[in-house]
Amino acid sequence: MAQYVHKEQIEKENNRTKYTFQEKVFPFLYRYGTLIVILLTVIGFSLANDKFLSYQNFTDILRSVSIITLLAIGVTISLIVGGFDLSVGSTASLATVTSAASLVLYRQETIIAILIPIIIGLLVGLLNSFFVVKVRLPDLLATLAVMYIINGLHLTFTKGFSIYNNMPLTEGGTAPGVFLPSFLFIGQGEIISVPVPVIIMLIAVIVVHIILQQSRFGRLLYITGGNEEAARLSGVPVQRYKMYAYLLSAFFATLAGILLAARIGTGQVSAGAPLLMDGVAAAFIGFSVFGAGKPNVIGTFVGAVLIGILLNGLTMLNVPYYAQDIVKGSILIGALAFMYYDKKK
Amino acid sequence: MTILSLTSIQKSFGDQTVLKGVDFTVNSGEVHALLGANGAGKSTLMKILSGDYEKDGGSITLNQKEQYFKTPADAKEAGIEMVVQEVDTALVPSLSIAENVTMNAFITGPAFFSWRKRNKRAEELLQRVGLKLDPSLPLSQCSLAEKQLVLIAKALSREISFIILDEPTAALSTKEADHLFSVLRDLQKQGVGIIYISHRLPEVMELSTKITVLKDGFVTLHKDTSSCSSEEIVRAMLGNELVELLNDEEERVLGNPLLDVNNFRVPTTNETLSFSIREGEIVGVAGLVGAGKTETARALFGADPSNDPVSIKGKKIRITSPQKAISAGIGFVPEERRKEGILVDFNVVENLTLPVLKQFTKFGFIQKKRERTEAEKWIKQLGIKTQKSTLLLNYLSGGNQQKTAIGKWLLNDGDIYIFDEPTKGIDVGAKQDVFRYIKELARNKKGILYFTSEIQELLAFCDRILVMYDGKIAGELSKEEATTEKIMHYATGGHYGTVRS
Repeated sequence: MAQYVHKEQIEKENNRTKYTFQEKVFPFLYRYGTLIVILLTVIGFSLANDKFLSYQNFTDILRSVSIITLLAIGVTISLIVGGFDLSVGSTASLATVTSAASLVLYRQETIIAILIPIIIGLLVGLLNSFFVVKVRLPDLLATLAVMYIINGLHLTFTKGFSIYNNMPLTEGGTAPGVFLPSFLFIGQGEIISVPVPVIIMLIAVIVVHIILQQSRFGRLLYITGGNEEAARLSGVPVQRYKMYAYLLSAFFATLAGILLAARIGTGQVSAGAPLLMDGVAAAFIGFSVFGAGKPNVIGTFVGAVLIGILLNGLTMLNVPYYAQDIVKGSILIGALAFMYYDKKK
Repeated sequence: MTILSLTSIQKSFGDQTVLKGVDFTVNSGEVHALLGANGAGKSTLMKILSGDYEKDGGSITLNQKEQYFKTPADAKEAGIEMVVQEVDTALVPSLSIAENVTMNAFITGPAFFSWRKRNKRAEELLQRVGLKLDPSLPLSQCSLAEKQLVLIAKALSREISFIILDEPTAALSTKEADHLFSVLRDLQKQGVGIIYISHRLPEVMELSTKITVLKDGFVTLHKDTSSCSSEEIVRAMLGNELVELLNDEEERVLGNPLLDVNNFRVPTTNETLSFSIREGEIVGVAGLVGAGKTETARALFGADPSNDPVSIKGKKIRITSPQKAISAGIGFVPEERRKEGILVDFNVVENLTLPVLKQFTKFGFIQKKRERTEAEKWIKQLGIKTQKSTLLLNYLSGGNQQKTAIGKWLLNDGDIYIFDEPTKGIDVGAKQDVFRYIKELARNKKGILYFTSEIQELLAFCDRILVMYDGKIAGELSKEEATTEKIMHYATGGHYGTVRS
């Protein structure tokens, strides 16, 4: 029978060819390359600066990473269904500004200052999914357009000014409210000397990881992204799952925005814009962690940590922030190169 | 005289060996037909000859001189041109006919060119294939048959000694096909060697001088056409096992009406059709490429939903989505296996349990152990050959992928199973398994709708055969009255048998 004939042939060939050096090294690098890079950077920076390897600096890195990670989780989920959410940065900005405005301009309680941005964020997610699922625009273009709209929206709302305690109002006087300590606690507080944002981040990573790996919901998100048509023909409501993904993506972006507001204590306009690229980079670096080859939350977390370590270390070494982008770009290229090299084979 | 010969050509993709040492020789001035069932390796062999694929082993010689075709340009240099089956992939629709026909000269020619000369040259070439068209028209206005001739004209723009035609008549009308044959005979007289791929026996018998039959990557027949019988060729194409397998003596007991389709509009073809299936019945649907088989299958499954209801076990249901279809007890094995039937980046277990994932879910979480045990039970039962159940489907052979695509519906235990070309591109062993599943389904009182263009399969085990032509059901034949000729008669809209055979 035909199929047995070729099986034997293949087995023979497998025995004949010894693995070359390249064939052995590349898969190893593909699996552990990112982790090795992290290890090397940590060693490098701690040799270059003795303050690098301290608990204080360690928590600083995680604290700065937490916001990027949350944003990147959103990007990751959009990537899982085969989409791409570019609007997360501006959604985060919008959340920062709306939570600040609730507190400072409208004297609301902390809980309101958290709920309002979340509701608005979910509306952004709905808008994205409407364009992607119903209007059937390509994901990248739809979310790019939404990114512009949201950006303009939050700047129009604040007239381009940031929102801070006791800010002067155009109609005279100063703003009635302040950033409440309970709100600031989300971004600046510590529980048994672990920063609150880090706790939030870790909970988010673990919960999302378990849901993606163990639940039917997570499986169907991946299946939708794996092959939309095959998924649909197997009875998966792919449109609904794409909508869920964009809602979750907006939700995590909003969470990142709220954390950012609580951390810096102002409603900084356009604060989320630079986070977008870091978040996207973290999600893509995440593809290569443990050779997953697909978007995954643990990988995204590792990617964000790598970016965080690099930024922190380079800042300590007095490398100007604009030059740090060169390093970020190179790391991203490296991670992607390994991924696509493996895919091609 | 030029002799082109291929000796013990081998080729595999991944761990699937498509060609296992094929010999093939063609002389100038001869029409050599290359036959074989789907997946026999015809196209692969020709793609190697035309420089599209690189061979793994064997040699190609032209007048005893060894040739190395690394790219299509190398093969063209040696005077071998190919007219591919999907003509649209080889032509540029936005350019004019003249530009398409003279493309070769355009690539290698001078930096500046004369439109006048180009149009004149194009006209000469079009004349050689008997096309009376204004060469300045855009190609997109041509019919499929005209495009095919344009492609041949393009091939003639060089000095060619051999031309390969891959299923050129697949989508042509009888008249168009007859014209093509006269063009080919002219070429033959001019000393061009023609390699003619087809699985339509009558036209092969009429046109060719020699016949080579491929099956599962081996040559199973090589003879002069004049000394060949059709039966001999069919046997060589399908193999003895399959011919015997296809002799289905089983008496089936038909039960109550299961699916009743009445004036059902298929949205993609905008034609209506009516038919019914009973419990335990295998209904075959025949038709040539473009007859609307796939469109009908997809509409019935809600993939391209129709507004019209169907009745299942007497209950009227509008199938507006695949989910609705599944909950109504319909399973669908689509034609494009890798694009629609399976998820190549997911493992066997995940593919098999996808339609019934809910059964393995508790509080939203998947019970992976139970899922895996159940899936492994089915892997064994279905005879899916895989090293382990967690292997990605990408690493399985086409036949085993197809078994998975079918298997996932067996887990669901529905009432109606729709198969669209389920044996496309799979080997005999896998085919046997697929037939076994289908017969077993029928025994278990399921209704089966079997869409295929492989007439032998229809004749073998379908209780009834519906023949589609132009989106409509052109005829219905019972098992006893069905013959290849009758099916072809309906499938060609009544032309077959009167003109061509």
